Amino acid sequence: MKINKLALTLIASTVVLTGCTSTDEKDASLLDTDLKAEQEALITSGLNNNAVSGEQFITQGLSQSELNANAMNGLTSLGAEFSDPANPLSKQTIYFKHDSSQVQQDFISIIAAHAQYLAANRGQRVILEGHTDELGSREYNIALGEQRAKSVFSILRSQGVTGQQVEVVSYGEEKPASEGVGEASWQLNRRVEITYQVQ
Amino acid sequence: MISILLRRFFLISLVALFSPVAQSELSIEITKGTEAAVPLAVVPFGYSGSTTRSPVNLSSIISADLTRSGLFKALRERDMLAKPTTANKVNFRNWQALGQDYLIVGSVNEVMGQYQIQFQMLDVFKGEGLLGYRLTVKKNELRKTAHHISDLVYEKLTGKKSDFSSRIAYITTTKAGVNKRKLYKLLIADADGFNPRAIASSWEPLMSPSWSPDGNKIVYVSFENKRSAIYIQKLSDGKRTKIASYKGINGAPSFSPDGSKLALTLSKDGSPDIFVLNLKNKQLLKLTKSYAIDTEPSWSPDGRSIVYTSNRGGKPQLYIIPSQGGRSSRLTFDGDYNARGQFSSDGKSIVMVHANRGDYRIAIMDLATHTLNVLTAGRYDESPSFSANADMVLYSSKKAGRSVLSAVSADGRMHQSFTFDSGNVREPSWSH
Repeated sequence: MKINKLALTLIASTVVLTGCTSTDEKDASLLDTDLKAEQEALITSGLNNNAVSGEQFITQGLSQSELNANAMNGLTSLGAEFSDPANPLSKQTIYFKHDSSQVQQDFISIIAAHAQYLAANRGQRVILEGHTDELGSREYNIALGEQRAKSVFSILRSQGVTGQQVEVVSYGEEKPASEGVGEASWQLNRRVEITYQVQ
Repeated sequence: MISILLRRFFLISLVALFSPVAQSELSIEITKGTEAAVPLAVVPFGYSGSTTRSPVNLSSIISADLTRSGLFKALRERDMLAKPTTANKVNFRNWQALGQDYLIVGSVNEVMGQYQIQFQMLDVFKGEGLLGYRLTVKKNELRKTAHHISDLVYEKLTGKKSDFSSRIAYITTTKAGVNKRKLYKLLIADADGFNPRAIASSWEPLMSPSWSPDGNKIVYVSFENKRSAIYIQKLSDGKRTKIASYKGINGAPSFSPDGSKLALTLSKDGSPDIFVLNLKNKQLLKLTKSYAIDTEPSWSPDGRSIVYTSNRGGKPQLYIIPSQGGRSSRLTFDGDYNARGQFSSDGKSIVMVHANRGDYRIAIMDLATHTLNVLTAGRYDESPSFSANADMVLYSSKKAGRSVLSAVSADGRMHQSFTFDSGNVREPSWSH
C-alpha cells in the first residue's frame, strides 16, 4: 500500500516535471464541453432525490468521456520541439515560492521561449493555469494562483504575445500536482501550467 | 412558553417528512473533553412496539448532542445504577451519589407506525421536574425529534438558542470511476454528521459552500465549465441559478444576513476585489479597489460591515469595511497570516485562520478587546465556520494526510473529530 502511494507520487511528479498534460484533464474537458448540457441537467439534485441517481450520472459521464478520450488522443499534437527535453518549450510548468507570485529568475528563459513561439504563431492559444500549495485558506489561494498566472502573462505580453492568445484560470489548491503533505509535494504544487490549446 | 414549544413540534413534523433514512458514513469522536461541563444523565428511553427495539436510539443522540456542545458531560450508560423511564421511578439519591445535576428520562411507544414519545428533565438536587413533553411522530422523524429534545434541554438549562437541529454543508473529494479520477461533491448533513446527501457533484472543483440565512439555499463556486462561476441552488428541488461568471475569479460568496445581497470576490477589473451584488436588482457595488488580493468577505450580523482578507500590507490580514462602501480598517496585527474571517451571530467576535511561520490554526478575536484566543493545535487547520449560536466552530484539518472535519467549542475546551469512511472532507459551513 505504501509502495503504491509512493509510486503514484513519483508518477505524478514525473508528469509535472516533464510538463505533459495528463489524460485526466483531457477527459475533464471533454466531459465539460461535449456533455455540458447533460451535466447541467444532472449535476444537481434536490433533497427528495437520493444519492443513487447522482452516482448513476457519474458512471455514465465517466464511460462516455473515456470513449471520447480514446478518439481524441491522436489529435493533441504539437511540434517536435515540445517533446525535446533540450528545448525550453518542453518545459510548461513554472514553479513559485510559498505565498509568492514573483517569477523566479530560473524560469524567465522558459517563459521567453514560449513567448517567442506564441508571438510567431498568432493563431496558437494557451491557458495559464495558476495553482498553489495547500497551505492557508482556499479562496485566498485562488487569488494567489491567479496572481501567479498573471505574472507569467505579463512576461509573455511584454514579449509580444497578445491578450487574445492567453486565458488565465486559477484553481488555487484544488488541483494539486502531488497529493502528498510536506514541502516536497508543495513545491510541485506552487505552479503555473502553460497549456497549449488544440486547434 | 408552552405555545412556543408546541409550535416547535408542529415544525418538526413538517420538516421531517423530507428526510431520508439516516446512514452513518461518518463517526464523531470527542478527542478532548472538558472538566467544567455540567454533568447530566440521559437514561436510555423505554420502548414498546412491534419491533424488538426502537429504530432510533433517542437517548444516545441526545447525550451526544449535549456533550458536543462542550457545556455538558453525559454520564455513560454503563455507569448508571438504574434505568428509570418515568419520573416517578427515579430514586434521586442514586443520581446525587453519581454527581449528576440533571436527569432526562423518557420512553417511546410505537402504535401502528406512530411513535409516542414522552420525556422529562429533572433537577437531581431539588428532586423536581423542569421540563416534560409528550408528542407523536413518524418513524422517519425520530432522529430529528431527538435533536429537538436536545434543543429544548439546552435552551432550558442555558437560556441560549441551540443549534442541534441545524445542518452543515461541506465538500468531499474521492477517487471515482475506472480512471480513479478525483470527484468533487457538495453535501449537506445534519449537524451531527448523519444523513449526508450530495446536492451537486462534478469532475471539476466545487468550492466555498455557504448557506442562505433561511437555510433553503446554498451558494457555491463551481469550475464545471473549466472556469469559476457562482451558483445559488435551492435545496427543495435542486434548481440552481448562475449568479456570477465574469472573466477571472468568481469566488467566496456570502449571503447578507437578510438574504437580499451577496458579497463575493471578482477579479474582472484586474486584481481580486470585494463586491456586493443586490440579488433583486442585480446591481453590483465594488467595495474594495486595492491592487492587492482582497477576498473572503463575510457579513456582520447587522449587515453593516464586511470582514475580508487582504494582502495589501504584504501578508494576508483581516480588514473591515462598511457594506455600503467606505474606508477599510485593519483588524489583525498578531501573526503573519490571518484569513477567512467570520463574525459570530452576536457580532462580538470573529473566527479566523491564524498562522505563524506556517502553523495554521483556528483563532477567535474578541472585538471589544482585540485579544486573540487560539483554539486549535494546527498545523493545517482551515475553513472555520461558527455554529448558529456561536458555541462551536467547525473547521477542516489534516489527519494522516487526509482532510477531515473537526469541531471545537468557542472556548477551546472541547474538541471533536468527524471521521468519514473515505476521501477528503473540507470547507464545512454551518446553517444559521
